[in-house]
Amino acid sequence: MQPFIYQRAETLEAAAQAAAASRGSHVEAPVQFVAGGTTLLDLMKIDVMRPATVVDINPLQERYGAIATDDKGLRLGALARMAQVADHPSVRRDFPVIAQTLDLAASQQLRNMATLGGNLLQRTRCNYFRDVSWAACNKRNPGSGCAALDGMNRKHAVLGTSDQCIATYPGDFAQALVALDATLEIAGPQGRREIAVQQLHKQPGSTPNIETQLVPGELITAILVPSAPWTRRSLYLKVRDRESYEFALASAAVALDIADGEVREARIALGGVATMPWRAKEAEAALRGRRLDEAAAEAAAEAAFAGAQTHEHNAYKVPLGRRTLVRALLDAARLEIRS
Amino acid sequence: MTPDHSARPEGRSSPAAPGLDRRSFLGAGACGAAVPLLGAASAAAQPAVAAAPDVRRPLDVKLRINGQDHRLALDSRTTLLDVLREEVGLTGTKKGCDQGQCGACTVLLDGTRVLSCLTLAVMAEGRAVTTIEGLARPDGSLHPMQQAFVDHDAFQCGYCTPGQILSAVACVQEGHAKDDAQIREYMSGNLCRCAAYPNIVAAINQAKSEMGA
Ligand SMILES: Cc1cc2nc3c(=O)[nH]c(=O)nc-3n(C[C@H](O)[C@H](O)[C@H](O)COP(=O)(O)OP(=O)(O)OC[C@H]3O[C@@H](n4cnc5c(N)ncnc54)[C@H](O)[C@@H]3O)c2cc1C
Ligand code: SF4
Ligand code: FES
Ligand code: FES
Repeated sequence: MQPFIYQRAETLEAAAQAAAASRGSHVEAPVQFVAGGTTLLDLMKIDVMRPATVVDINPLQERYGAIATDDKGLRLGALARMAQVADHPSVRRDFPVIAQTLDLAASQQLRNMATLGGNLLQRTRCNYFRDVSWAACNKRNPGSGCAALDGMNRKHAVLGTSDQCIATYPGDFAQALVALDATLEIAGPQGRREIAVQQLHKQPGSTPNIETQLVPGELITAILVPSAPWTRRSLYLKVRDRESYEFALASAAVALDIADGEVREARIALGGVATMPWRAKEAEAALRGRRLDEAAAEAAAEAAFAGAQTHEHNAYKVPLGRRTLVRALLDAARLEIRS
Repeated sequence: MTPDHSARPEGRSSPAAPGLDRRSFLGAGACGAAVPLLGAASAAAQPAVAAAPDVRRPLDVKLRINGQDHRLALDSRTTLLDVLREEVGLTGTKKGCDQGQCGACTVLLDGTRVLSCLTLAVMAEGRAVTTIEGLARPDGSLHPMQQAFVDHDAFQCGYCTPGQILSAVACVQEGHAKDDAQIREYMSGNLCRCAAYPNIVAAINQAKSEMGA
């Protein structure tokens, strides 16, 4: 690990200012915030991230770590811990898909440490990215090539890829947020702004080193999830190499509003298969106004993966991803919703 | 949220030992407790960084481990795991992967289970650290979870065991040990290469009733 200066930020302004002079993209900035540290320290230990200064934002937890609900929806402080949110009774009852994306992620030790803000910004598990002895990685070292394109790419993405990078976005929680049209409150050197979670991440395109639209010094302070008729009939299905403590090979976050046997609204986001949290609007459109039977679910899944591009070892992700979505939709349609 | 140095635990103790540098506290200066909207005005009023700190200077870190206070001069990079094993001599906590992937390094921070390999020691300041050495009662009698692991032969080589036991204690206290399936799910962050899993589940079932859960 490269030596670094450790600082604690007691206020939001101080945190933003400390990182403001930083250049480059949010992830490349020489000043990095640390919350739970489960992504940052991991990547610093293996020399993938080499910040000169680490700013501890945990003193802000009291103010920016609360969970609150009202009739407009759910407000989650960005410094709330994953475990705390997963166990929250109103989250479990009214936004089950959110609780499930958190419950099924990592381990309880990690969930006790990790924050929601850090979770959204976790970085890919691509083995070539995580091992600096591979020279070719455009994400780590722009312009160097991509070792995964003709390497071991079994876990890589099939949606949203480019010829520069095919790394999978590894998180689970972001899929629930994207499906439910959540927004982020952001504070930074230029002031405050609000963006849709859908807008946070970027596809790799020709700049895989730029992962989000955050600029250095910007802090996510809260996540807002609007109430809607579909949040209760929602779930997360995660398929992986082992039953627990593993990243998704394919996953689906779905939320449905069904009335008189017909789908009034469907919200779908896919994980494990894409370079960013992937909203599947074509699949949603395919379901609207239909009865949710197996044929309808399959048509939706077909639409979701119509643009998939596979590589040598990951073609299985297309049928796996489709079946994951079909099962998630049928399971959600069968849920008994108590009012 | 008070911006006053003296309100922090560090402020109460004697001045830093010679040669030790205190970590800098950002925003602990003149500004009030209220957080105004960010903008050019407030940005100008905020000192960004206290003083240019020197990366070579060790940090003066105070840790409370198993009820005992320790004062250490540490490189900022030092993890809690390395402090426990290398500086304090508590080698019960094990290093498996050092990457958050195995659970061998599990300790309790204020009663909550965390991974000490992904925790910077300086970030454990002000929190109570409990390791396997701190579980037994002062008279030496074992914690019910330790006794249950012995009773059920819940290990073979024993390397994962300290992490398993601390994780299991927290699992019961969290209320995540209702049935076997839940125990397996909430203990999945602790790998056992000897695959003592069925015995670990049995041990947790025994200890949970004794722990009053
Ligand atoms: C073994 C292992 C298994 C895992 N399995 C899963 C899994 O199955 N599913 C899953 O979803 N995740 C998984 N994770 C990832 C884990 O959930 C993330 O590492 C964690 O959520 C990151 O949160 P943190 O608070 O620890 O972030 P940190 O490591 O503290 O920060 C991560 C990055 O975000 C920045 N940052 C942090 N907070 C903010 C903020 N509020 N505003 C702006 N920037 C910020 C930091 O500067 C840093 O660059 C796993 C991790 C490990 C180690
Ligand atoms: S897929 Fe992306 S992260 Fe992985 S080696 Fe290629 S450029 Fe790097
Ligand atoms: S040593 Fe910490 S999780 Fe493996
Ligand atoms: S007892 Fe050997 S690793 Fe668990």
